[in-house]
Amino acid sequence: MNYRINGKSFAAEPRPGQCLRTFIRDLGWFGVKKGCDAGDCGACTVWLDGKPVHSCLFPAFRADGREVTTLQGLAVDGKLHPMQQAFLNAQAFQCGFCTAGMIMTAASLSEDAKKNLPFHLKGNLCRCTGYHAIEDAIHGIASVEEDRAGHACGTSLANPRGEPIVTGNAHYTMDVAIEGMLHLKVLRSPHAHARITAIRRDKALAVPGVRAVFTWEDVPRRLFTTAAHDDYHVDPDDTYMLDNVARFVGQRIAAVVADTEAAAEEGCRLLEVDYELLRAVFDAEEAMLPGAPQLHVGKDVDSRIQDPVRNIFLKIEAETGDVARGFSEAHAVYEGTFWMPRIQHAHMETHGTIAWRTPDSRVHVRTSTQTPHIIKNKLAYLFGMFPHQFHVFSEFVGGGFGGKQEMLTEDLCVLATMKTGRPVKWEFTRSEQFTAATTRHPMKITVKLGARKDGTLTAMQMHTVSDTGAYGNHAGEIIASSLGSSLATYRCASKKGTGYAVYTNTVPSGAFRGYGATQPAFAVECAIDELARKLGIDPFAMRRTNMIRAQDPVHSIWPFPNDGVIGSYGLDQCLDFVEQALASGRGETKPEGDEWREGRGVAIHAQDCAPPTEHRSEAHMSLLPDGTYHLSVGSAEFGNGIRNAQRQVAASVLSARAGSIAMDFVDTDKNPYDTGTFASTGTSVATLGVQKAADALRENLLEVASQVSSVPVAQCSLAAGRVRCGDRWLSLQQLYEASPLREKLHVSRKVYGSPRSTAFLAHGFRIAVHRVTGEIRILQSVQGFDAGTILNPMQSRGQLEGAIAQGIGVTLFERMKFDASGTVVNPTFRHYRIPAFADIPRSELFFADTYDRYGPLGAKPLGEAPIIPVSPAMGNAIADATGIRFHSLPFSADRIFSQLAELQ
Amino acid sequence: MDLHTVEQVRRPARAEEIASWEAGFAWLAGGTWLFSEPQVDVHTLIDLESLQWPSLHATADGLEIASTCKVVELDRLTHKAPSDWKAAPLFRECCRSFLSSFKIWNEATVGGNIVMSLPAGPMISLTAALEGICTLWPRDGQPRQIAVVDFVTGEHQNVLAPGELLRSIHLPVHALRKKFAFRRFTLTHLGRSEVLLIGTRCPEHGEFLLTITAGTLRPIQLTFAAVPAATELKRAIDDAVPFSLYLDDPHGSPAHRQHLTYYFAEQIRAELGN
Ligand SMILES: Cc1cc2nc3c(=O)[nH]c(=O)nc-3n(C[C@@H](O)[C@@H](O)[C@H](O)COP(=O)(O)OP(=O)(O)OC[C@H]3O[C@@H](n4cnc5c(N)ncnc54)[C@H](O)[C@@H]3O)c2cc1C
Ligand code: FES
Ligand code: FES
Repeated sequence: MNYRINGKSFAAEPRPGQCLRTFIRDLGWFGVKKGCDAGDCGACTVWLDGKPVHSCLFPAFRADGREVTTLQGLAVDGKLHPMQQAFLNAQAFQCGFCTAGMIMTAASLSEDAKKNLPFHLKGNLCRCTGYHAIEDAIHGIASVEEDRAGHACGTSLANPRGEPIVTGNAHYTMDVAIEGMLHLKVLRSPHAHARITAIRRDKALAVPGVRAVFTWEDVPRRLFTTAAHDDYHVDPDDTYMLDNVARFVGQRIAAVVADTEAAAEEGCRLLEVDYELLRAVFDAEEAMLPGAPQLHVGKDVDSRIQDPVRNIFLKIEAETGDVARGFSEAHAVYEGTFWMPRIQHAHMETHGTIAWRTPDSRVHVRTSTQTPHIIKNKLAYLFGMFPHQFHVFSEFVGGGFGGKQEMLTEDLCVLATMKTGRPVKWEFTRSEQFTAATTRHPMKITVKLGARKDGTLTAMQMHTVSDTGAYGNHAGEIIASSLGSSLATYRCASKKGTGYAVYTNTVPSGAFRGYGATQPAFAVECAIDELARKLGIDPFAMRRTNMIRAQDPVHSIWPFPNDGVIGSYGLDQCLDFVEQALASGRGETKPEGDEWREGRGVAIHAQDCAPPTEHRSEAHMSLLPDGTYHLSVGSAEFGNGIRNAQRQVAASVLSARAGSIAMDFVDTDKNPYDTGTFASTGTSVATLGVQKAADALRENLLEVASQVSSVPVAQCSLAAGRVRCGDRWLSLQQLYEASPLREKLHVSRKVYGSPRSTAFLAHGFRIAVHRVTGEIRILQSVQGFDAGTILNPMQSRGQLEGAIAQGIGVTLFERMKFDASGTVVNPTFRHYRIPAFADIPRSELFFADTYDRYGPLGAKPLGEAPIIPVSPAMGNAIADATGIRFHSLPFSADRIFSQLAELQ
Repeated sequence: MDLHTVEQVRRPARAEEIASWEAGFAWLAGGTWLFSEPQVDVHTLIDLESLQWPSLHATADGLEIASTCKVVELDRLTHKAPSDWKAAPLFRECCRSFLSSFKIWNEATVGGNIVMSLPAGPMISLTAALEGICTLWPRDGQPRQIAVVDFVTGEHQNVLAPGELLRSIHLPVHALRKKFAFRRFTLTHLGRSEVLLIGTRCPEHGEFLLTITAGTLRPIQLTFAAVPAATELKRAIDDAVPFSLYLDDPHGSPAHRQHLTYYFAEQIRAELGN
């Protein structure tokens, strides 16, 4: 058959059941992406004879004789297509994984079609941006500002990764061809709780192309945790690489490696496994009752599991002040129980790894991760090898949101490559993301608040039951976090909390943007409104009376001191903004008709800028012979924009153009150690390291300049990418050449995540609720955020917009559903909907004017927190509109309509 | 996605070339569903495209839609339909009631959607409401005909025997001339239908037809000689749709579907009653 792809002709024979997406990729065009492989996300969009199609659904044989165009064929003679340029100008991407499909779809639209983007983009999902920047790009609106020396901080500089992203030349984890590569697939448990009594592998091994089968008998019998934390003691060692007990539907049972994916899958189907079925438990409260099935019995102190008999990994209990007295002094008390379901990160690039060995007996691990250094150490531990024998790296990572703070694919690829000597690749399917990756922790939270007549809080109490699923990865940090920031948001002398992290026979929970703070914030912020209502106090006034103030200690339930501090305070500005914006009359008006009820709601949050446990990073910075700089730091870039921000900080310190600072991809061979990019540490820790390294380099450069020019240091300065010595100017190249000690031109600085400053935010919604159908329309969405100095306004807005969109999804409709056997019933984007363009309104955003004493150039992180107040602000708006308090998420029409029937 | 178990593709010029039918065969229409889920039991795809059936054929009797007609072609017909086809805007309404994007309906076929027999199949809603009759071609035996409402028997279930083809759907001209009312609800914007109801009323005899789809496991059609009273309509719904017939899936709960069915049915009654 004959194919024309991007103007080149190929004679090639696709496999009979092959789709166009993999066929094009097999020919080396990696710009075509897979987000779902099922027609739902659009990442694979290509043109066939000029018409856009989802290449994952298109039978390859049908493209015979036709003209295929992919993103990599869109530029003509090196000149970008106008839509590619528009995406660059608006920076309409974060991780960039959806971009290929977005551009191929957008570039196919007529001017008329562009007027109805909700409709024309409904087949293209983006989890990062919240779609605003994409809309801007399509309408030709540019946000990028010029990169001028000395103006790097506070400027909307383009991400240096933009060009490869919009041309399809960015290489994500799977975008390489390696000679002799084997494919790995796993057989997953069909049972929620079962012991394996036998596995027969003969039939699987007889499949042509199958090279090996691995079961629990073939792996190191070493307990570990998939959670990626530098201090691994915070998580239980409760997991085996492959186990003889399955604790959730979807758990790995055996791995098959083969020459092709087809053979590996066939091998999995032919494995014969005998199971002894065990009783399963799916509810966290039931799991704690006497007689409940025990998931990890026999593992205890060594695994750091507190009470395996009651399935409790960890119980936390603490009190400051005297809560009982606080409630006795209250004029009004509110108590309510709130529930949040299991939801998925839905980053567009699924988990995946490629591993291979080199003759120097090192193992190279190309992987989609937020924590390369921790993965390296974990692999060393699991395989009983030295850390230096592992090389872990990524080029482009297609989103994370916490999901990639976990070791889910690296270990088996390494095992298989060690056993077979061949490179091994494993790419999760979209369904595996739902059934076998991690999720947000479902929580049931009871909050009790007491206040005096004037609204002053007298006591706050919280009881949290967190469902960690079958394994305890992140369970401890999450349960601690759930008793932290949302209580610390309020000043109150008496606070008490109890938290249980509980095992159930469900897909494990893990790290998720908002890490353990989103769930309690929903409960606390709804409860604050309810208490205000009891007292007849306006929700804004209630918050002003009680919210944490600039001089306050940051404390929740623990009576001992902590390193949380307020480096700058802008919560008041954020709340004022939200109140004024909601009252301004901006936004949409309520739809016509008595059925529609209008309401507004607000929620606030104070979020710590780093996790309470160990966090450290290191930055290396050098002046290069050509007068440009090189910066090396271990932060992972997965759409968070952190590397651009880091370049800007360094450029700002050195009065240079950001473009004069080169950075590597994240790579444990090249970057210094970093404990991982999560919990806002990219900004608060690693970027602080960058600032310190840049400061140090600046000092050294000035010292050298003074030596070289014999002008006192005080009269030397860096400006406009050059050095000024009195009235003489030296280029950086000249400085490099003249420098007597080249070592001075390389510096290194370490930082440790303490003290931890606090970021603040407030979110508001004005909505309309249809009292009959239960439909909710967002009329206005506003967020005020105090992130100190805004290093890059465009990127910062993008982070807020993306997080708000994710928040709207999980508030209004996202939910993993399970059947009675514990199987996920909606493990696809078809049935687990994430927000599409049509679901997301534009939000009004505001940044408070503050300067953080501890953050890099006064900045505080803003990627994590913007999701946190979204759900309660919506819950409060619904309560305002209808008088009805809904206690559980999501607020989808089919879950709220029956209670609305009370309304006349 | 790649269908790894498929070993061959057959591209017949005539359907009769596929004389015998085996387990593991599958007709391939647009492929938009077949390629969207693992199909581990399929080893042979039989391409319907190579049959080259003309998509749409309008006659004085009505409209003949080949099963292989692409959704996009039907969408475009909306503006090209004869002016007395008062129901023509329904083509567009229904084509746009897919969860899938316009890029998918460039490939997806009307027949593929009907044969899928999913509750949220908008081509089922359309052709059932317009009193469509399916022509089926069994592998051995004479073509047979069946109304669309009877073709679908349950969620992802229909009357087709193994290998039997859906050849075409005929929409009678009297139905195309009817006045209509359309209601749909989705939990997400432009999402998958939770309920989709279509009412039609005959301009000559006043006959009122209510077609309930998406919310129910199979399409339900209620026929009234004239626009009924509200209570009569509600009672007819209750008689025809026991609660167990409402679908429970991630796109809606049975209780909400029942509630919306009542609500929209009444709106349609009121709209067509005027
Ligand atoms: C992103 C996405 C969203 C979707 N949203 C919806 C939705 O909202 N509502 C909905 O109902 N469906 C939806 N679907 C599923 C779906 O029904 C369609 O993809 C489409 O209608 C199938 O048509 P096709 O021509 O591509 O069929 P194919 O995928 O080619 O075939 C579908 C099935 O029908 C059989 N078949 C096809 N034509 C015939 C025939 N003439 N005679 C006998 N058997 C035949 C095939 O063998 C196969 O079993 C969605 C699919 C995707 C990918
Ligand atoms: S990969 Fe094709 S639509 Fe998602
Ligand atoms: S930029 Fe769209 S998914 Fe990441």
